[in-house]
Amino acid sequence: MANAKKQLEISDEVAIQITKMNKWFGSFHVLRDIDLTVQRGERIVVAGPSGSGKSTLIRCINALEEHQEGLITVDGTILSSDLKNIDTIRSEVGMCFQHFNLFPHLTILENCMLAPIWVRKVPQKEALETAMHFLEKVKIPEQANKYPGQLSGGQQQRVAIARSLCMKPRIMLFDEPTSALDPEMIKEVLDTMVTLAEDGMTMIVVTHEMGFAREVANRVIFMDEGQIIEQNEPEAFFDNPQNDRTKLFLSQILGH
Amino acid sequence: MVDQSFVRTEIVPEKPAPLSQAGIIGWFRKNMFSDIPNTILTGVVLYIIFMVLGNILPWVFSPTWNSVSLTECRSILAEIGRDGHGNGGACWGVIRERWLQLMFGFYPSELYWRPVLSFLLLGVALAPVLFDGVSRKILFFTAVYPFVCFWLIWGGSVWFPISVFIGFIISYFGFVIGNKSAGSLIGVLAAIALPIIWWFILLSPINSVLNSILPLGSEAIESDRLGGFMLAILIGVTGIALSLPIGILLALGRQSDLPILKGVCVCFIEFIRGVPLITLLFVASTLLNVFLPPGSNFDLILRVMIMVTLFASAYMAEVIRGGLAALPKGQYEAADSLGLDYWKAQRLIILPQALKISIPGIVSTFIGLFKDTTLVSIIGLLDPLGLSTNIRADMAWNGILWELYGFVALIFFIFCFSMSRYSMYLERKLATGH
Ligand SMILES: Nc1ncnc2c1ncn2[C@@H]1O[C@H](COP(=O)(O)OP(=O)(O)OP(=O)(O)O)[C@@H](O)[C@H]1O
Ligand SMILES: [Mg+2]
Repeated sequence: MANAKKQLEISDEVAIQITKMNKWFGSFHVLRDIDLTVQRGERIVVAGPSGSGKSTLIRCINALEEHQEGLITVDGTILSSDLKNIDTIRSEVGMCFQHFNLFPHLTILENCMLAPIWVRKVPQKEALETAMHFLEKVKIPEQANKYPGQLSGGQQQRVAIARSLCMKPRIMLFDEPTSALDPEMIKEVLDTMVTLAEDGMTMIVVTHEMGFAREVANRVIFMDEGQIIEQNEPEAFFDNPQNDRTKLFLSQILGH
Repeated sequence: MVDQSFVRTEIVPEKPAPLSQAGIIGWFRKNMFSDIPNTILTGVVLYIIFMVLGNILPWVFSPTWNSVSLTECRSILAEIGRDGHGNGGACWGVIRERWLQLMFGFYPSELYWRPVLSFLLLGVALAPVLFDGVSRKILFFTAVYPFVCFWLIWGGSVWFPISVFIGFIISYFGFVIGNKSAGSLIGVLAAIALPIIWWFILLSPINSVLNSILPLGSEAIESDRLGGFMLAILIGVTGIALSLPIGILLALGRQSDLPILKGVCVCFIEFIRGVPLITLLFVASTLLNVFLPPGSNFDLILRVMIMVTLFASAYMAEVIRGGLAALPKGQYEAADSLGLDYWKAQRLIILPQALKISIPGIVSTFIGLFKDTTLVSIIGLLDPLGLSTNIRADMAWNGILWELYGFVALIFFIFCFSMSRYSMYLERKLATGH
């Protein structure tokens, strides 16, 4: 994965704009005054201790969680409680989960074809071609007719990535995609994500894989207690952290 | 020092398992005579089975098939030297003489072919639902079947079931056209309002006109002549077919974010579950008349079908809610994040999995419902149990007990056991290795 990012371009176009966003779970203030602008083509890694609100932040971007204050604009569409806007945004934004969340009653191929057929109204044949194309891209076309339960964790996560890609999203969100995997499977999933980055996909990745952050990200965001504490280019972030909390976190995560 | 290095030079050949592990003898030794307590237990159980069968089998094999009364049975048994008064043998003459009645109640015997035909057609209608590999085109017949069945069993003018069916077609087109031209809310309203107008206002004048132009029909049968297993199956199948979709809607309603909808569903489910079925049946048979406009003749069997369906729906809703709750939250989130709307997510992702988890519970509810149809004898309908009481009141068969109820139990067992086997087949078929 070395040098993957060097030749990648970031355009001036804004993909995601978050201003003064606040969110509460009941009376618990989980996200506080989040301001974040993501340009098209950026690869952002979000890091931070457990419970800092990383998952909640990216789940707000595709409206899996509702925010109470502030403005989120995705691809020019303002995220409000209007169901139509939410559906537009969700079909533009792909998401991969820690536990893959494949549909166990459908084959790999059916998992990949379902949303294009039912949401995008793509004809069966075209959906099949797209699905096979992306399954080849994540290097498991031969598993197409198996069920998710018959695949290894790494393979399942790659299928989950392919399933999102079949909707031809312009932005991909990853919530700890490798943290439920055994070490030998982490690499195959990270490699898939690197390929995705090389294709110019806008990505926000919550992960503890600092190697990935260093090599692929163009920006690292550190969160704690629901706030963005520090953000910087990976070199500066890792080699010269400014905030004490960042230093503590990095020493804990890189220390051993 | 011990030498720890080892390299295998020859492969150990495969040997047959020792006799104690394989074959019938091995199985018996391992499962029934493995140690002394196990052996004693095996002996005791074998003795009990022997005693039970030794008493029941001679009773079952009794040469009384052709007798015409209980007295004749007793004399036949006494002649061959068995106890003629008590349990010397079964009196099967009653089954020979009355089994048709147990099947059809007081349905006119020259028209038995009508219920038989509708029972056979039921098999055709169910085939595409129950098994893959049956042509999907038959599903069209499945949709029409209830009306065919109604007409075959009750008879009367063909125009009545046809025009009721047309009401559903009107509902469908009302939804499609309303949805296209004015949005989904108008579509739903049209789908509900138009058929109601059709059924309650237009249907009877149009029917009488059609009947005077083209009086097609067959001999009408009054509801009080229906009985026996035909009645049990009619009520049972209606209840089963309707309680599943209603139960699904109730379960989804109970999980809904809309407080009023949720409240209505919770109240309905809890109320129905809190009331015995017999109470509901009494309401159907007596109280309902008080609320209906005077003079309206609302068929008793239809009322009972509605009550049994509502009763089973409430239980079904809870069984399905269990299945919904067992699904990980991630399935909902994955469906949402792919942009599927609520109904598509339910239909394609959530329900197929939730229903699969609930299969054992659903089938238990079906079986319970089918057996509960015998309760209708309490409000005077002639289901198999009601008929048995009737038959026992006959002078010739006064005193018969085990033969009748045993026969009824056997038939119920065949139906319920088939349902249970089918559910196991379905579970195996749907297993996808997770
Ligand atoms: N549905 C919920 N209801 C109430 N509180 C919640 C809910 N989801 C998350 N929280 C709380 O919000 C905080 C942030 O959660 P979040 O899952 O975003 O953390 P995270 O940074 O992703 O942590 P981790 O690294 O453990 O995944 C946590 O304290 C959590 O307990
Ligand atoms: Mg998280």
